[in-house]
Amino acid sequence: MAPILELFLAGLLLYAVAALAGLAAHLCKTTAAWITTSLCIASGLAAALELCASVGALICGAQFNWTLPSGLPFLQYSLRLDPLSAFFLLALSLLAICVAVYSIGYLRHGVAARRPGIFCCFFNLMLLALTLVFTAANVLFFLVAWELVVVTSYFLVITDHESEEARSGGMLYMLMSRGGTGMLYLGFLLLATAAGSMEFQAMHGAGGRLDPVLGAAAFLLLFFGFGVKAGIIPLHIWLPAAHPVAPSNVSALMSGIVIKTGIYGMARVFFDFYGDAPVWAGMLVLVAGVVAALLGVLYALMEHDLKRLLAYHSIENIGIILMGFGSALLFRSFGHPQLAALALVAGLFHTLNHGVFKCLLFLGAGSVLQGAKTRNMEEMGGLIRRMPWTAFYFLIGAVAISGLPPLNGFVSEWFTYQGLLAGFGATPTLTRIAFPIAGALLALTAALAAACFVKAFGITFLALPRSENAKQATEAPLSMTAGMAGLAIACVAFGLGATWIVPLFAPITQQTLGVQITGQLVAGNGFLLSAGTVQNGSVSPLVIALALIGLALVPLGLWLVLGRRNGARSKSVTGPTWDCGLPGLTAANEYTATAFSKPLRMIFSALFRPKREIQAEFDVSRYYPKAIHFESEIQPTFETHIYAPLQKGILALAERMRRIQTGSIHAYLAYIFVTLILLLIFGVRP
Amino acid sequence: MIANISAQILQVVFQVVLVLLLSPLLTGLNRLLKARVQTRRGPGLLQPYRDLYKLLGKGMVIPDTASWIFTATPFVLFVTVLLASLLIPTISAQAPLSLYGGVLAMVYLLALGRFFLALGGLDTGSSFGGLGSSREMTISAIAEPALMLAVFTVAIGAGSTNLSIVAHAGIGQSWRFLAPSQMLAFAALFIVLIAETGRIPVDNPATHLELTMIHEAMILEYSGPYLALIEWAASMKQLVLMTLLVNVFFPFGLSASWTPTALTASLGWFLLKLFLLSVAVAAVEVTNAKMRLFRVPELLAIAFVLSALALVSTFLFQG
Repeated sequence: MAPILELFLAGLLLYAVAALAGLAAHLCKTTAAWITTSLCIASGLAAALELCASVGALICGAQFNWTLPSGLPFLQYSLRLDPLSAFFLLALSLLAICVAVYSIGYLRHGVAARRPGIFCCFFNLMLLALTLVFTAANVLFFLVAWELVVVTSYFLVITDHESEEARSGGMLYMLMSRGGTGMLYLGFLLLATAAGSMEFQAMHGAGGRLDPVLGAAAFLLLFFGFGVKAGIIPLHIWLPAAHPVAPSNVSALMSGIVIKTGIYGMARVFFDFYGDAPVWAGMLVLVAGVVAALLGVLYALMEHDLKRLLAYHSIENIGIILMGFGSALLFRSFGHPQLAALALVAGLFHTLNHGVFKCLLFLGAGSVLQGAKTRNMEEMGGLIRRMPWTAFYFLIGAVAISGLPPLNGFVSEWFTYQGLLAGFGATPTLTRIAFPIAGALLALTAALAAACFVKAFGITFLALPRSENAKQATEAPLSMTAGMAGLAIACVAFGLGATWIVPLFAPITQQTLGVQITGQLVAGNGFLLSAGTVQNGSVSPLVIALALIGLALVPLGLWLVLGRRNGARSKSVTGPTWDCGLPGLTAANEYTATAFSKPLRMIFSALFRPKREIQAEFDVSRYYPKAIHFESEIQPTFETHIYAPLQKGILALAERMRRIQTGSIHAYLAYIFVTLILLLIFGVRP
Repeated sequence: MIANISAQILQVVFQVVLVLLLSPLLTGLNRLLKARVQTRRGPGLLQPYRDLYKLLGKGMVIPDTASWIFTATPFVLFVTVLLASLLIPTISAQAPLSLYGGVLAMVYLLALGRFFLALGGLDTGSSFGGLGSSREMTISAIAEPALMLAVFTVAIGAGSTNLSIVAHAGIGQSWRFLAPSQMLAFAALFIVLIAETGRIPVDNPATHLELTMIHEAMILEYSGPYLALIEWAASMKQLVLMTLLVNVFFPFGLSASWTPTALTASLGWFLLKLFLLSVAVAAVEVTNAKMRLFRVPELLAIAFVLSALALVSTFLFQG
């Protein structure tokens, strides 16, 4: 028996020690580089311990339950590492190791470098809290850990607290998260009444024991409560506000794993606490997934702030994950546990994959930001020559997130497609039409994502630099490129080695749906991934990769054989790009990010409602403009149409509430007395 | 086991040679047909081969702004299209590598090639490259749902995304294309074919006018052997998509095995089907004018509606 519990607790302890050491360093006002480095190494080691624990738990099928009493009713510090928890812990720890390595170099410069001690303190505390969220097995303890994640990540987001943008982004994140937590409390309390206990173990299948109306209410509360964290539309507005302003290693973890706590919560609720959800619930999740995926990528296309662009892509990928979950729920409702397992594997695998490549892309963006000193893509360009390694890793991430073979994004999207395809034959009546339509919209989403990452990579890294800072950018230090390299390797390995990753999901589908499906998903001596049966469809990323490399001999051979005349191959010369005969190509001739996405802005103008303004100053006549001022913006639909009226309403209500705030202590004592009396009456009522 | 693998390698080699040799012919045929309808003599049928041979032997000018992406692009594009062609049955219903990737892998391999081609366009730093990349990614993105939905209709009908299995399922029922769902899906895929291969009315492969070009704008800076590889890959992509249409919807003459006699007969059928489809494409090209860029989404919306109708009619008539 592997010492899983010991490894796990040792990891927790190391996080806690590193957090305290960070606090001590802050109080001593030291910013010595070796302290920061060792704190980062400590969090990396702690994450490595957690990784060992989670991999051990998944492979050996070992679980543990570990409980400390708290002395309070209902609250127990119970920790449980079951397969679902172990899977999310694995994703967290893997990302945390790479981010910790990256942080060694990252914390030398920038805002976080001013107070590295307190930064490391919150950083380790956040990792600790995340570990607890994934393993807590008591409702109250879970919610405490949940809030601890919010608070620590809030402080990390506002590391640059002197900037107004960071403060307001952090505040929005805090407010939205609190709203979400409120819904979670209510939802969990409803479930706990049905279970008669606050322990997760007792709540297995509790959703089905609730009265249908209350069960539906609890489902909705929990879905939207976790949805705030996951960033489903229209609850997403905090993501593009908070992710860009945070230091990049924090954004990487926020996007890679913090928003996945929402996905973890949903998986726990959908597949553990609800034995059999009604059809509308699955449909709701599927539709929410499609909406988030499509709108997420469309808004991402309009961004030219590199980190905001990535933040919108997180919404898109959450949508893809929810498509998997939604189809899994529908299949379970219609009595197809095997197909449900296929769709659940698709969703969970995409959760892991998105964590890996989004983390990689945010780290890449962080290196670019330190190099080019701006988040605005319109001021970048040509960085592939100045930062070759960062560019290479970013390209791997870009190919992976676009779902292109043979990397990991393709594999999980392929499973999602297969789940949706199977849905047509497996469900009755009109729901069957929803599956292929969702599949077509997933195809649109993936193609738009590819367009967006052509833009993100092309404008940022290719051609000529568009600003002085971009010209002087230099490659990131070794530790930062090493952190990215680890994640890039994971992107390749999870793609090519998918047949070895998929069996890790076997205990999860066994636990949640009671079926083993990985035996069917892996075929052909471990070379093929199949969609249930090989007959339904199969793919082998490994063979595709090998074939791509092998077939490269064909064009090379053609070139060498057919091109061997009068020494032509030596005649390859470098020349200027065609500039219509004008004197010299400059960066001003290049296509910009705004121009790149213009056709899509026009095509989807019903959504974006783009506004543009052109002002020209003339010299003699209007044919001789001296200066032209161009402004283009799109309407933030959700902010103006949903959140602005909401904010206005809340402020108006608050204005009225002020009347009871007299400031006199006697009045407040009276309020407390009246409340107490009312509660007593309520309590003793027959 | 060894015999199995060597047979498979033979199939791969056969299909690679077939695709490499046949694709320029299809491009030449398309040009010739258009020229004849426009009462021009036009270049000969074999002109694309001569062009490729000449380009491969020429020197190159590489833009000084370009990075290794520019160099990698022709190879990535060529290889991805070539691999996509190995996933699809051409003259035998059994495609060489269809087990290792079905229609989804095929579509996404083409997307991988396009991803790099668009990056290659941006890498040069000229406005043309960016313009071409932007338009190419836009049009391919809005063509994607129609393509996928039509493909889904076919895959649902055959119960598989493996194109060999789809083709095998079709062999027994050659008249299946008369079913409404098949006809609608074919119409949708035909529009997608026009858009994806850059034909009039979506793009004009024969123009170098800034305002209208898409594909040509992206590859404006390529010359010599790299240009040859890109042109060849474009021809192969056209062949792949046309093969998808003819063999999935009209499985006449597909041989179920890889025996020489059966293959000869089915090669004849294959060429005939491709010829007829080329005539249809040429007919569309000569009877239409190029559309404004922002009218293209409407055309692709029609394709999407057609494939959605195909799906609904599958739902209605198959129960």
